[in-house]
Amino acid sequence: MNRLMKKNRLVKILISAAVVLTSLYLLQRLLMPKYVSDIVEGALIAEYYEEEKDHDVIFIGDCEVYENFSPAVLWEEYGINSYIRGSAQQLIWQSYYLLEDTLRYETPEVVIFNVLALQYNEPQREAYNRMTLEGMEWSMAKVHAIQASLTEKEHFLDYVFPILRYHSRWSELTGEDVEYMFQTKPVSHNGYYMRVDVKPAQNVPEGKILPDYRFGDTAWEYMERITKLCRDKGIRLILVKAPSLYPYWYEEWEEQIEAYAKKEDLLYLNFLELQEETGIDFRTDTYDGGLHLNLSGAEKITRWLGNVLVQEAGLLDRRGEEPLTTLWEEKLAAYEAEKQDQYKALEAEQAADP
Amino acid sequence: MLFTSYTFLGFLAVLFLLYYLIPGKFQWKLLLVFSCLFYYAAGPFCLVYILAATVTVYFAACRIGTISEEQSAYIKAHKTELSREEKKSYKQKMKSRCWKWLLACLLLNLGILAVVKYTNFAIYNVNSLLTALGNDRRFGFWDIALPMGISFYTFQSLGYLIDVYRGVVPAERNFFKLALFVSFFPQLVQGPISRFGDLSASLFAEHKFDSRTVSFGLERILWGFFKKLVIADRILTGVNAIIGEPENYGGAYVFVGMMFYALELYADFTGGIDITIGVAQVLGVTVKENFQRPYFSKSIKEYWRRWHITMGTWFTDYIFYPISVCKPMLKFSRSARERFGEALGKRMPVYLSSFAVWLATGIWHGASWNFIVWGLGNWVVIMISQELEPLYERFHGRFAVKDRFWFRLFQVVRTVLLMSALRTFDCYRDVPLTFRMFGTLFTAGNWQILWDGSLLQLGLGSLDYGILAAGLCLLVTVSLIQRKGSVREKIAARPYPVRFVLWYGLFLAVLLTGAYGVGYDASQFIYNQF
Repeated sequence: MNRLMKKNRLVKILISAAVVLTSLYLLQRLLMPKYVSDIVEGALIAEYYEEEKDHDVIFIGDCEVYENFSPAVLWEEYGINSYIRGSAQQLIWQSYYLLEDTLRYETPEVVIFNVLALQYNEPQREAYNRMTLEGMEWSMAKVHAIQASLTEKEHFLDYVFPILRYHSRWSELTGEDVEYMFQTKPVSHNGYYMRVDVKPAQNVPEGKILPDYRFGDTAWEYMERITKLCRDKGIRLILVKAPSLYPYWYEEWEEQIEAYAKKEDLLYLNFLELQEETGIDFRTDTYDGGLHLNLSGAEKITRWLGNVLVQEAGLLDRRGEEPLTTLWEEKLAAYEAEKQDQYKALEAEQAADP
Repeated sequence: MLFTSYTFLGFLAVLFLLYYLIPGKFQWKLLLVFSCLFYYAAGPFCLVYILAATVTVYFAACRIGTISEEQSAYIKAHKTELSREEKKSYKQKMKSRCWKWLLACLLLNLGILAVVKYTNFAIYNVNSLLTALGNDRRFGFWDIALPMGISFYTFQSLGYLIDVYRGVVPAERNFFKLALFVSFFPQLVQGPISRFGDLSASLFAEHKFDSRTVSFGLERILWGFFKKLVIADRILTGVNAIIGEPENYGGAYVFVGMMFYALELYADFTGGIDITIGVAQVLGVTVKENFQRPYFSKSIKEYWRRWHITMGTWFTDYIFYPISVCKPMLKFSRSARERFGEALGKRMPVYLSSFAVWLATGIWHGASWNFIVWGLGNWVVIMISQELEPLYERFHGRFAVKDRFWFRLFQVVRTVLLMSALRTFDCYRDVPLTFRMFGTLFTAGNWQILWDGSLLQLGLGSLDYGILAAGLCLLVTVSLIQRKGSVREKIAARPYPVRFVLWYGLFLAVLLTGAYGVGYDASQFIYNQF
């Protein structure tokens, strides 16, 4: 009898635990933002894990990488297999830990880092932290990235159990939250966020006067860690400053980066100064007045960058290599399809509001 | 360490595991270590104050205990030799020695409390007085941080000392046990103010893991979280909006603010006490109840017997009674009876003692005139209702409505409204503003805000109101069931699936509708500041 009671009790505990854990898991999946049709930038980081991991080039950085470079062009024109691990307002320590995370799966020949991230020396906003960190798969890199990024009101546990963060999102749920509860749809093309619309750059504001133009100690510390990590792994690190007109890129910042690149013997490409060579025209190549490039602009600078990668880093043309070529055929088809969809939507929009 | 923080839950989980893993004789020592850690987390400087209170009370109580023992031993040894007069004189002498120790310790600890809590209030008043007298001299304010829960542990430890003096409890000779009694962490934040006689037995006892006790404790904690996170912290936004901009929110908004604050304070304070009692219960320690459905009271007097019970009884036992029976008061009583007649003369010492109690209650709640006026406001209402007692009796003799439901409901609503009106002094920054805002209730004429959607502009959306309404319904339902016994006992008697659905449902309600995390400001418990 006693044994039977114990058995019954154990069964009750197991069933209860199963109900609790399953329901909490389902609730968490339901309540977490899906980033499918709104603020798709939040979905970029997680998409990497669905990829084959045999890239020649990995981009890391903020919106200046995921909106300004197109891996599809690098493949189509140079046979270079690349991926962008970019996210909105990606802080430099997040870039470092994303690189560490990437190196768990593959060792690319080249890492391209956008230097604008050096402007931040401290955690900034929780919303951007979430968009970068939540998509990372669990590893020590993610743990360290969270610890380095927490703003004052954030707590590590909220990342371990995101339901604690999104517990009150039930009032904003839509059909998409149910539809993409377990499987989300791709929103990028190897990390590239495509936009075909045009909004010419006009009246770009001058940079505000800063109290101190020196990059912070933490920012430099992680810059050095990125350099060392690449060097230890035999990866060629290339520093870039994307051609975005805003946020303002100060001369004093440029000098610091140039000095660092020289000291570390790194290739540094400032696309703001390469407008003639790349052919960027801010009347047609930006979709938001100069902050980010549109498809046309991204394809132009990627084309120019591809040439540099071949010339400077000696990357080989892998077109014809299987199964990579077949994979890229599918990707390019999706890339073209979205391009056409966006142009059609844009035409329809312009027809409706000429 | 907020009760509703992850840190506290982690702290509790570690303590819980260790507590039931170590031998029973070490359990109270572990509690002492964790209580010190809890207090240390509030600021290392806090430990100095609580240590000073513990050390002084310990030595004074031991001295009083020793003197009492010496007295008993001496009288026993000289039982036959001493005359009645000699015995009396000897006892008097010993009592006087005990009194000196008691008085010294009381003055020292109340002095510390007064300095850390009321110095700046005194400076503010002196400066105001100097201004009124046209003097330009000003005293600077002191930069003193208020140690967490100082009012609670000071009163608790002094209560123990007075009990030792009165011979109610023996002096605790183990310093560390007394230290645990003073610093027991669940009640450090906001009470209850326990008595040594009530708490010590279960606090120092060995406890074996008992799943029923532990689950009852956890259920009580969960209920406290519900009150605090779902109700108090959600409605806080509305309260802050109204009292933060008095120039924009007068008239009917003051009424809404009164009602919101009544609900917030109840959910916050009783929720905190639920967590306190629940945590203690999980550890096998019995802490006295501090509330007994106060909003069901039919008068203010009854309300104060049911709200913050341990504070009320503390003031009654250690202030009201001693003042009522002290020699000057007895003398005053005699002269009042002679001058104003038997009936009024008999009541006057009671009123005077009550005045002292309510003044002390007001001052205890905070260093501002708002609290003093609030305390005296309570006194005035209680005295008036006591004076009107004969009128009430005549009314009830003529109309048999006393036991009618609607009349009892009227009394309950009246009490809630009166208490809420008095509490407006808690809310606004000073007394004149409080009176002014209270006055706008009758002059603004903006009662349409109750239905024209204006209440949706207070930072609370319709969903918030929905959650608050549902939470309030649950609070009332639980209170109604409680009148017939423990709700947890009733739930425990139900089949397992029903119990599981109820408690897991409550957990999900806290998880999904609680006002916590990013986007919500973690709010400290209101009574923590006292």
